[in-house]
Amino acid sequence: MNTTQKPVQTKEQKHTLSVVVSYNLNALSRIIGIFSSKGFEIDSISFGSGKESGLARITITTHGDEQIIEQITKQLHKIIDVVTVADLTYESFVERELALVKVKASNSARSEIMQITQVFRAKVIDISPGKLSIEITGNRDKIDAFIGMVRPFGIIELARTGSVALKREFNGSV
Amino acid sequence: MDNAKAHKLKKNKKKEPPEDSGPSVLNGAGILINTLQDLEVDTIFGYPGGAVLPLYDKLFDNHDINHVLVRHEQAGTHAADGYARVTGKPGVVLATSGPGGTNTVTGIATAAMDSIPLVVFTGQVPTDLIGNDAFQEADIVGITRPITKHNYLVDDVNDLEQVIRKAFHVATSGRPGPVLVDLPKDMLKTEGHYSGLRKVSIPSYSPTEKGHFSQIKKAAELLSDAEKPLIYAGGGVVLGKAWNELTAMAERHNIPVTTTLMGLGGFPEGKPQALGMLGMHGTYTANMATTECDVLLAVGARFDDRVTGNLEGFSPHSKKIHIDIDPTNIGKNVAVEVPIVGDVKQVLPEIDEKMETPNTDKWWQVLNQWQEDHPLKVPETEDTIKPQQMIEAISDATNGDAIVATDVGQHQMWTAQHYTFNHPRSFLSSGGLGTMGYGFPAAMGAAFAHPDRTVVCITGDGGFQMTPYELSTAVEHEIPLKIAIMNNQCLGMVRQWQELFYDERYSHSILKKGNPDFVKLAESYGAVGLRATTPKEMDDILQQAMEINDKPVVMDFHVEEHENCYPMVPAGAALNEMVLEDK
Repeated sequence: MNTTQKPVQTKEQKHTLSVVVSYNLNALSRIIGIFSSKGFEIDSISFGSGKESGLARITITTHGDEQIIEQITKQLHKIIDVVTVADLTYESFVERELALVKVKASNSARSEIMQITQVFRAKVIDISPGKLSIEITGNRDKIDAFIGMVRPFGIIELARTGSVALKREFNGSV
Repeated sequence: MDNAKAHKLKKNKKKEPPEDSGPSVLNGAGILINTLQDLEVDTIFGYPGGAVLPLYDKLFDNHDINHVLVRHEQAGTHAADGYARVTGKPGVVLATSGPGGTNTVTGIATAAMDSIPLVVFTGQVPTDLIGNDAFQEADIVGITRPITKHNYLVDDVNDLEQVIRKAFHVATSGRPGPVLVDLPKDMLKTEGHYSGLRKVSIPSYSPTEKGHFSQIKKAAELLSDAEKPLIYAGGGVVLGKAWNELTAMAERHNIPVTTTLMGLGGFPEGKPQALGMLGMHGTYTANMATTECDVLLAVGARFDDRVTGNLEGFSPHSKKIHIDIDPTNIGKNVAVEVPIVGDVKQVLPEIDEKMETPNTDKWWQVLNQWQEDHPLKVPETEDTIKPQQMIEAISDATNGDAIVATDVGQHQMWTAQHYTFNHPRSFLSSGGLGTMGYGFPAAMGAAFAHPDRTVVCITGDGGFQMTPYELSTAVEHEIPLKIAIMNNQCLGMVRQWQELFYDERYSHSILKKGNPDFVKLAESYGAVGLRATTPKEMDDILQQAMEINDKPVVMDFHVEEHENCYPMVPAGAALNEMVLEDK
């Protein structure tokens, strides 16, 4: 029996990590440094001051097999400024991303784009001859789907945040 | 009074409390000095410059902290590292901003890879100039972020004392490591609050020291039932001061022990359980035992690639137990059955207590046979000096009691193989980063810590030339350091790899043409220079060198140039695929 091999490559999975750190840019640099120096991947990262003063919550979405994710969480936890690391993947959690999309909207296309916007429960926040700016929040898939729907009209500019996430307390549906 | 005497006097002087032990208002430099004294720092390796002048001005009147003026900040950092390795106390470095700080980088990375507690203070341009590309400005916090355990930029003089205390706490607790504190010049000049309160609070930092009960139980069960157990002891045994616990356990249960390069001295090599070093240049017995064992107890070791060789062939039949204070080390390279996060000094006795002595008679028959069939070879000659002979001669001349520092390369591996290490904290070598230029300054740092012990630096003609200017510091302080240059006129290990793996194409590895006359080099600094080209001369100059006690001695040993270091596991091969000698 050979037990020394690295664990059989488990399926790569998307993980959402919620990390509470003391609020300073050094901490953010260190976290990103761990990813770049150890060759881990960041799909998205968001950083903002937290509930308690002096603390910030960083939400990182990443992917990898179990061994890689274990190393990522351990390495993050090893950073002196990091208070807690929670892998929300196996828990129920709420996750949102925000995107601002500026789309070409000729007179004939405008109402169709607005319909799509309505279906996605997104919001038009700026309108001008030939252009529409839309705000959409939701999980990554929803935003990807929305962008897919409006892409054929011509996307002029696009800005999207990384994911922000919190553990879900209420386990029914909202 | 000359500096050497001052140094000795300071060593013997009784510790006095800081100038003010109650709350008081001082400038930043004063706060720093007071805090260092309160933390019982007796030696700083440093180099002055504009940004740290307020601190040097304070040091002018201070007679409790011994400041060693090194000739280059890199050497200063290695010296502090050497000081830390032999004492277990944090090494302290002081450098100015910009180039002073960047010169410490190699030393910090060296310490980081080997988990050595260092506190490095760098000067910084005044806070209002930071970010303006001011003269001698460098983002040293940014530069050193990946190679420190933590680092700080002080931006409020009232935080200074706590930051220093935190830096020392972080550097020395858990898995030790280097911490850098960047001090803007105005922070050293402005007045602030010194409290003298020793309590340090870092809520996000609390290393796990106590091992998990059920894991310890599992480990004890596995070991009790083992037929072919093996302990693989790493640098954590030395850093965690667990040598007595390890020795007790191995002796009581008669379990064989193999040590890594960093673990040398963590288990006395004179004991019958010692199999020597494992890994790329490990002994035949140690590597075969690792491959064949059925339970492998890894203690404070990190399964470095120089130890494991090809991971797929590494100890394929064993169940593995891994004790380490750093959870990231566990399961990083090799999957283990029983992970135990904790302090080895606490965990080992708990396992020892819970386990029963396994029956290892058959296992020992095999191990003894291996040892008999494949001992480490020391070729004996009369006309030229063989490198292995040189190490044995030094081991004999010092009774295996010296503190030995090495550089990196063939001489390092031969030292690991042939010097008999019987004491912990006696072997200083850059195991993780493999830093050339480490040996001599580290040896010097050790000599400052232990003026009463024999300190030998075994280096190569390549390694020594990376930091020879420190002879100046050693001469100034009358340090009777023995520097033994294994002079084979080339970068030996590079040459060996070129010979074995690159068709003997010796691209830029031969130093012969430009090598200095090391005897004259030593003499020009006021040190003693000696040379040997035959075994007879080797014994003579070693004897001479041992009798000198007021200045450094440089011994230039001209050794057999083409000797290669064996056994050797070629990179990418498994441990049992050793090459034992030249074909």
